[in-house]
Amino acid sequence: MSDKTKLMNVKEAIIAAMSEEMRRDENVFLMGEDVGIFGGDFGTSVGMLEEFGPERIRDTPISESAISGTAIGAAMTGLRPIVDVTFMDFIVYMMDNIVNQAAKTRYMFGGKGQVPVTFRCAAGSGVGSAAQHSQSLESWFCHIPGLKVVAPGTPADVKGLLKASIRDNNPVIFLEYKAQYNMKGEVPLDPDFIIPLGKGEIKKEGSDITIVTYGRMLERVMKAAEEVEKDGISVEVVDPRTLIPLDKELILNSVKKTGRVILVNDAHKTNGFIGEISAMISESDAFDFLDSPIVRLAAEDVPVPYNHTLETALLPNVEKIKNTIYKVMNKQ
Amino acid sequence: MKLSKNRLLNMYELMLDARNFDLKVNQLVKRGMVPGMTHLSVGEEAANIGALAALNPDDIITSNHRGHAQVIGKGIDLNGMMAEIMGKATGTCKGKGGSMHIADLENGNLGANGIVGGGHGIAVGAAYTQKVKNTGKIVVCFFGDGATNEGSFHEALNLASVWKVPVIFYSINNGYGISTSINKVMNIEHIYERAGSYGIPGYFIEDGNDVLAVYETFEKAVKYVREGKGPVLVESITYRWFGHSSSDPGKYRTKEEVDEWKKKDPNIKFKNYLIENKIATEEELEKMDEISKKKIEESVEFAKNSPEPTIESAYEDIFAD
Ligand SMILES: Cc1ncc(C[n+]2csc(CCOP(=O)(O)OP(=O)(O)O)c2C)c(N)n1
Repeated sequence: MSDKTKLMNVKEAIIAAMSEEMRRDENVFLMGEDVGIFGGDFGTSVGMLEEFGPERIRDTPISESAISGTAIGAAMTGLRPIVDVTFMDFIVYMMDNIVNQAAKTRYMFGGKGQVPVTFRCAAGSGVGSAAQHSQSLESWFCHIPGLKVVAPGTPADVKGLLKASIRDNNPVIFLEYKAQYNMKGEVPLDPDFIIPLGKGEIKKEGSDITIVTYGRMLERVMKAAEEVEKDGISVEVVDPRTLIPLDKELILNSVKKTGRVILVNDAHKTNGFIGEISAMISESDAFDFLDSPIVRLAAEDVPVPYNHTLETALLPNVEKIKNTIYKVMNKQ
Repeated sequence: MKLSKNRLLNMYELMLDARNFDLKVNQLVKRGMVPGMTHLSVGEEAANIGALAALNPDDIITSNHRGHAQVIGKGIDLNGMMAEIMGKATGTCKGKGGSMHIADLENGNLGANGIVGGGHGIAVGAAYTQKVKNTGKIVVCFFGDGATNEGSFHEALNLASVWKVPVIFYSINNGYGISTSINKVMNIEHIYERAGSYGIPGYFIEDGNDVLAVYETFEKAVKYVREGKGPVLVESITYRWFGHSSSDPGKYRTKEEVDEWKKKDPNIKFKNYLIENKIATEEELEKMDEISKKKIEESVEFAKNSPEPTIESAYEDIFAD
């Protein structure tokens, strides 16, 4: 594998990942509303119609039920569809097909068949789209056995994990954060650059406290971690990157090392996925290593408001993350 | 339509199997030997078998909760099917699916479905694969009358019509969705008329208990779809003899109505045809029925003697490698 990289934003990383996989495997195709000439609602398929043509960059009617069902049927019969869900909020219309069909087909059929389909969802708030266009709904899917759930937080991870998702033989819910489509980073160019699902990464090593986070919040946690460094606090940032399957070892080992843990995500606090991580730590032998209670930092339990100040106020930010670190470290 | 003697007798055999299988399941349910829900298709044999007879063996179907006759028509192993319904490890789905999820991927059956309308989109996707890969195969999506009021029905027909994929949407209209008469929940007379909304042909099979009539219409539908002209919608009129599921006392239908339909028994109708046209003698057909019953009896024995699945197996088959 060559180690050449290029500075790209998330959007470009997505286009690169899909295009490479489509060149590699003729069974891969993209479908969804306005993926063709429009290039996707978020510009995540710009230029792909020109390269692959309308048969493989498939515009659909505004029919989320039919889109998801069709993708699943195509996947069951040998194709590998990528669905541009656009706003993750609209996945509610696809819920039945994803939860009752895709997730369960192989199990119900006693291990026969497979459903290799990737649902790409533009998640999260931050662009003033208000309550029906700003949700991060990953925890719904984490609750359903049979689905994989991926939530990357850097352009390189987006590329490596999207490629792995497309190559995976299972239904994958892939979160993209609409507020971060333009976030830049170095991205490997190697068409075989794959990050396996279920493998997390220590994004920053540290010794005093562990912060487990994923997706959109990674950027803020990294910033907070750097800033508290000058106060002599060494933060270890653990990014599981995929929620299902979850790299439990990586999280538990870090907790055992530092004895303190903060969990951060951009979804609502109640019943969010970090609650599950908290329970997982409590039930494990890492619990005995804890020197302070596990603390969660998440979006408030209110719908996402339109007003930018309100929208911003309800999310964890660098300041809140730092304050939480001080509190857990008894350094207020 | 000129069917060989062999083909005709094969259709009759499948109708017998479908009938005898479900009559047996009905008994087993009453004896407490079926751990879950079943939906029997007794009375609907012609509507199912006639349609399948017009397909090539490698064509694909999606099925629904009332799918026993469909999998049997597609050639499933009866032992595995009976074992599945009894929840045994040797079942086609290792006892994890049951009657409502019987699938037979090897024979092109993408599965029964516990979600009304759940097969609509899947069928479109499967048809899309055939189109892209140029396999020449077509897909038949089986569903009831009630399922045509699901949003997924309309979305799937619309999408299939603009993508021009090779799928036959097939509504087996038995008059009821559980207890609800289709006439109370649809403001037009016939389901097939809905085809007009999508600019696709609609075919009507007035007597869905006449297996040859079903076959004949399906032959036309299959030809149209296989030529690459896009999807069609087919409706046949038939009736289910038993309740909706094993737990239905059937208060919404009169005994007279049920008896009236039993007189139009599709199997007897076809049997008479075969005798009148000297395809087979009554004795020969009786003999076929005996053989069919014996096969079903053997499948019950096989299922009874099969082991229960292990607890460990419950943790398997969630993800593909
Ligand atoms: C989405 C959904 N809604 C409701 C049900 C419950 N249900 C199961 S079968 C059925 C009736 C279906 O009627 P129809 O499509 O006409 O098929 P039939 O049973 O008559 O063969 C209903 C309401 C279900 N399984 N799935």
